[in-house]
Amino acid sequence: MEFKLVVSSSPHIRTPESIQSVMTDVLVALFPAALAGVIFFGWRGLITMVLGMVSAMVAEAVILREKNIFGDGSAAVTGLLLAMVLPPAPPWWLVVIGGVVAITIGKHVFGGIGNNTFNPALVARAILMISWAGHMTGWVRPIDLATAATPLAGASTSFMNLFVGAIPGSLGETSAFALILGAAWLFYKGHIDWRIPGGYIGTVFVMGTLLQGYGSVMSMISTGLFHVLAGGVMLGALFMATDMVTSPVAPRGKLIFGIGCGVMTMLVRLYGIYPEGVTFAILLMNAVTPIIDNLTLPRKYGEVTSS
Amino acid sequence: MSFKTFKGGVHPGHFKSATEKKPVVPARPPTTVAIPMSQHIGAPCDPLVAVGDEVKMGQKIGDSKGFVSAPVHSSVSGKVVKIGMCNHALGRPVQSVFIESDGQDTWHEDVQPNPNYRDLTVDELKKIIREKGIVGMGGATFPTHVKLSPPPDTKIDYVLINAAECEPYLTADHRAMLERPEEIVIGLQLVMKAVNAPMGYIGIEDNKPDAVEVMKKAAEGISNIEVHALHTKYPQGAEKQLISVFTGREVPSGGLPSAVGCVVQNVGTCIAISDAVRFGKPLIERIVTITGSGITEPKNMLVRVGTFIEEVIEQCGGFRPNIKKMVLGGPMMGLAQPGPDNLPVIKGTSGILCLTDVEVNLYEISPCIRCAKCVDVCPVSIMPLFIGASVEQGLYEKAEAYNAMDCIECGCCTYICPAKRPLVQWIRMAKGDIAAKRRK
Repeated sequence: MEFKLVVSSSPHIRTPESIQSVMTDVLVALFPAALAGVIFFGWRGLITMVLGMVSAMVAEAVILREKNIFGDGSAAVTGLLLAMVLPPAPPWWLVVIGGVVAITIGKHVFGGIGNNTFNPALVARAILMISWAGHMTGWVRPIDLATAATPLAGASTSFMNLFVGAIPGSLGETSAFALILGAAWLFYKGHIDWRIPGGYIGTVFVMGTLLQGYGSVMSMISTGLFHVLAGGVMLGALFMATDMVTSPVAPRGKLIFGIGCGVMTMLVRLYGIYPEGVTFAILLMNAVTPIIDNLTLPRKYGEVTSS
Repeated sequence: MSFKTFKGGVHPGHFKSATEKKPVVPARPPTTVAIPMSQHIGAPCDPLVAVGDEVKMGQKIGDSKGFVSAPVHSSVSGKVVKIGMCNHALGRPVQSVFIESDGQDTWHEDVQPNPNYRDLTVDELKKIIREKGIVGMGGATFPTHVKLSPPPDTKIDYVLINAAECEPYLTADHRAMLERPEEIVIGLQLVMKAVNAPMGYIGIEDNKPDAVEVMKKAAEGISNIEVHALHTKYPQGAEKQLISVFTGREVPSGGLPSAVGCVVQNVGTCIAISDAVRFGKPLIERIVTITGSGITEPKNMLVRVGTFIEEVIEQCGGFRPNIKKMVLGGPMMGLAQPGPDNLPVIKGTSGILCLTDVEVNLYEISPCIRCAKCVDVCPVSIMPLFIGASVEQGLYEKAEAYNAMDCIECGCCTYICPAKRPLVQWIRMAKGDIAAKRRK
């Protein structure tokens, strides 16, 4: 026999997809929102994103003793997501600390990719927010970059500005349009399911409409819509809550998770001391993900209910 | 009929164009055959012949007293030269009868046509199907007479013919439908008679429109047989999924299709049944698709059981130099073999798939990133990712709690996994361990 053959268990063909290709798809999906961030907040925004990605990738490469700095691409995603939830122009060291914290405390203390309980980028954001609250609320207006308050903190703005993202806010969260465009790519590739963003955004809309809306039906609905478009809900619902590692796996669980994120976000916004609650809402739901998983196992084919 | 599609499934490339237009050609008659005593699920046969015996083509040379078993027959006329172990597609050598052909192909006197086959009683039918060694030819090789003997007072409503051929690369069933459609319909009618079923369905994936047309024509004017085009989605031809598609019924966990009034047969089995009942021919040859980028000349061939795969490969121009893997069956559920030597074609060999270094990769297994694609594609809605993680840690009880025993081993989870985790392999490990514990 002149041939050496491989003997392995079936199946013998595999999808061309890999962790790296999935992560690359996420980076592609984040590109429109990143571009919007640069357009609205200038080159400082670009530097923040590059710093976030590089510091996260270097931290990962050092921990894994890996020469290929891009690796499976997950650190780049974490770094970019972190930069997108920071103010447009934070001090450089804040971004670097964030990137390193995300990869070390957010990810590798749990055992690396696939094993972290919490979304690494949000872990870093939460730590930065508690440690350097002043730097973390350095909001500026788009284009002229004058200091300004965010719409959630009471600044008035139009729905058009909210939708395209011409409002003060975190670097990558302001443009609902760009975020939806990017998320469409992830839907198309089958990497995210409608249930988490649907449950999240739907809940925020309904709670905003019913709990804070007043006056005519139209004005109540516009309050709900404001809560969806202002702040970090779009970025959180489409890119943070849908993080595969830290969200439930079963369809029902995903819906419950999304609704839970929405409820927690609105409780913080309406009754908490912070104007925005996306970070803590998602982190809290991350913590209960294993419980949700166990409670929402799908009904198997041919399940016999014992009577 | 509900026409619901089944839940889950994957869409791998079809890879059928190399052979789908090629008519079935008979393979060169073998000079020596090795007939394994076990070519089916169930009790292995004991040889009925001894070294030195003269045997004829179609003569029964092995049988068993077990109910779940099927006899085996000689595929040539000639002389028994050896009874001993021979390599087997399942990986473990099996006792086999080696017969040297005299080149005459003289039929045994048991092989007699049955002109009045329509008048046979149900019991006579089942007896013929057992005696002629008919097994499920889709690959699982479950003895057909057992499938046709549901528990007493079970009412069978439908006989479903799996003509989906959902495995990529394979075209044996496709060619069978184009070339022998009437026999498939007759086979189906015989099965319907054997289980007293009022209705028969033939399901074909819609990537074979020519086969759909030919089969519709063959079934024209027969009021209780319908031919349907099904979505092209793997595993469309899986027994439970086919039942869901046609009837909307779910086979209860751990139960048999007969529990929901269904019997499922493969198209190849229908032809074998027709051959056995009408002409008295036992199952001694089958259509095999020899394909893949690692074979010089892909073909569909009619190959006798017991023919060495080496000879079949040679008749297809041999392997290409960059061959990396040889699989018996399709790429999703077939079994990889260490080589073609001393390995006979058996009743369940639907294909010989030769893959090269282009298709064969030795993937590094990455940690699960919980993308849940395996959950989405699983046609029986179990949790491959959790079972895999449990098995990795040796926690087989936990794997059982995640319904490992309900796995149909279709391989969709492993196919789709971006982390290249061998999920179905781990699930098989869990099933083996759990089954062993249950037997204790």
